[in-house]
Amino acid sequence: MLEVAVRHRLGAFTLDAAFEAPPGLCVLFGRSGSGKTSVINAVAGLMRPDEGRVQVGERVLGDTSQGIWLPPHKRRLGYIFQEGRLFPHLSVRQNLMYGRWFAGSLLPLDPVVEMLGLGPLLTRRPGALSGGEKQRVAIGRALLADPGLILADEPLAALDEARKREILPYFERLRDEARCPILYVSHSAAEVARLATTVVVLQDGRVVRQGTAAEVLSDPAVTPAGIRAVGAVLEVRVAAHHEDGLTELDAGGIPLYLPRVPQVVGAPLRIRIAAQEVILARERPEGLSALNILPGKVATIRAGEGPGTLVSLDTAAGRVLARVTRRSAETLGLVPGVDCFAVVKTVAIAREDVGTA
Amino acid sequence: MDWLSPAEWEAVRLSLRVSFWATVAALPFGLFIAYALARWRFPGKQILNGLVHLPLILPPVVTGYLLLITLSPRAPVGAFLKSIGISFAFNWTGAALAAGIMGFPLMVRAMRLSIEAVDPKLEQAAATLGASRPWVFVTVTLPMVLPGVLAGAILGFAKAMGEFGATITFVSNIPGQTQTLPSAIYAFLQVPGGEASALRLVAVAVAVAMLALLLSEWISRRVAARVGGA
Repeated sequence: MLEVAVRHRLGAFTLDAAFEAPPGLCVLFGRSGSGKTSVINAVAGLMRPDEGRVQVGERVLGDTSQGIWLPPHKRRLGYIFQEGRLFPHLSVRQNLMYGRWFAGSLLPLDPVVEMLGLGPLLTRRPGALSGGEKQRVAIGRALLADPGLILADEPLAALDEARKREILPYFERLRDEARCPILYVSHSAAEVARLATTVVVLQDGRVVRQGTAAEVLSDPAVTPAGIRAVGAVLEVRVAAHHEDGLTELDAGGIPLYLPRVPQVVGAPLRIRIAAQEVILARERPEGLSALNILPGKVATIRAGEGPGTLVSLDTAAGRVLARVTRRSAETLGLVPGVDCFAVVKTVAIAREDVGTA
Repeated sequence: MDWLSPAEWEAVRLSLRVSFWATVAALPFGLFIAYALARWRFPGKQILNGLVHLPLILPPVVTGYLLLITLSPRAPVGAFLKSIGISFAFNWTGAALAAGIMGFPLMVRAMRLSIEAVDPKLEQAAATLGASRPWVFVTVTLPMVLPGVLAGAILGFAKAMGEFGATITFVSNIPGQTQTLPSAIYAFLQVPGGEASALRLVAVAVAVAMLALLLSEWISRRVAARVGGA
């Protein structure tokens, strides 16, 4: 359990955020300037807020009302920074050993090296590593410090799409295997969808919403990353792998088809369906190439600025969001309560939007 | 070796000894002040900065004279130092003090620049990994500023080798005690027939300066390659 409360004034900006995160990976989600980084730096002790309290399990890391604010080196952290921040004068091995030594930790190096595939890099220096390799070393360095709390500040933001795909699975493993809470700052809905146990949405220095990834991302009122990034998250199970390269998923009884995923039959998955990839129809479409059709009822319609609206649909698979024009919504006679079908092309579900649950 | 007379040798040896100790003694102070100027905010920072640079701007004779009137055994500070057994007046430690003070601004400037070039984000990262402030300095800051520290030390040493005005004013020109290389060259030029000796010492001075320069280049290239990766 991680408890955070921070109040801080910085010029015209006021940060006033408080939340409690259950075990697992908590994503602080918000656009840049929402105060995410200030919150995580307060948790790390790199910044001392006007008022604040940070507690991890039974350990109080800071409580300004009692005059306690531990310096970073006494907080037992593993902080993964956006730019890696590896020590350029040390080899990869020495970087990995750095936090381990100061923590007096006896964690063996080998399992971490193996999990992150760092074996061939150990003797190199950070200057000779690619962006993805650096970030893997940074994850290893944080883990080996035997932290009581792992912090990650936009660890994928500086990487290209291919490198993001390479690193995301490591964070999934971290979420599933780490014994300590993880606080992860992000402005990417895809990362939230794949990684979050809990999402805390931050806007203008305040917490505006908190819940599971499925709850928060399918709420049409929460769009901190912009309308284009809106998309609902469905929790599904792998039903079968077909000969033609498709994987059939079971989404609350509705079959969905995806390009082949590597997980075994029965494995739980999370998929994110971007709202702008969803087509709506009042009647079950016939003679259509799209394979995925989810019947449901319109729950809400939220008009945004411009010609678009965001329609949320309750289906047996969970809530689905669709971004359509206002004109279409009117032509189809969409109002809350009417029956409707959501149509999604198989190839419209991006590979980085499919992750292990 | 017989191409230098014993008197000339004495000046060279003395100069090397004076410059070496001037550099070694000034190094920790220089590093501390450079770090303070680069990283800390405190009242009087500009005044400290000015004081450090003063020997660079003042005529060396003025610096030497100021040292003389504060540290002579008849002045209060000098009398106190003498009572606890430290005397700078007219011996080689005085020459080292003068040389160290004259080289100090150059040393601090080089170190300050390299400390300012270290990304504080790396020091933060070290802190989050459990390193306390002194450890962060020793394991991250110091290794990264090493080229600057060495460059500063070599600059300070070279300046000390060449120091003349403050030394001769403060501790005079006593062969074997305070007659460093430049003082010896000056003294040889004052007597008829001394040109040959002076010329030989000039050759030594040029050689030492070139060696120091090459050494500093070599060290900084090696350290840069180590820090830069590959």
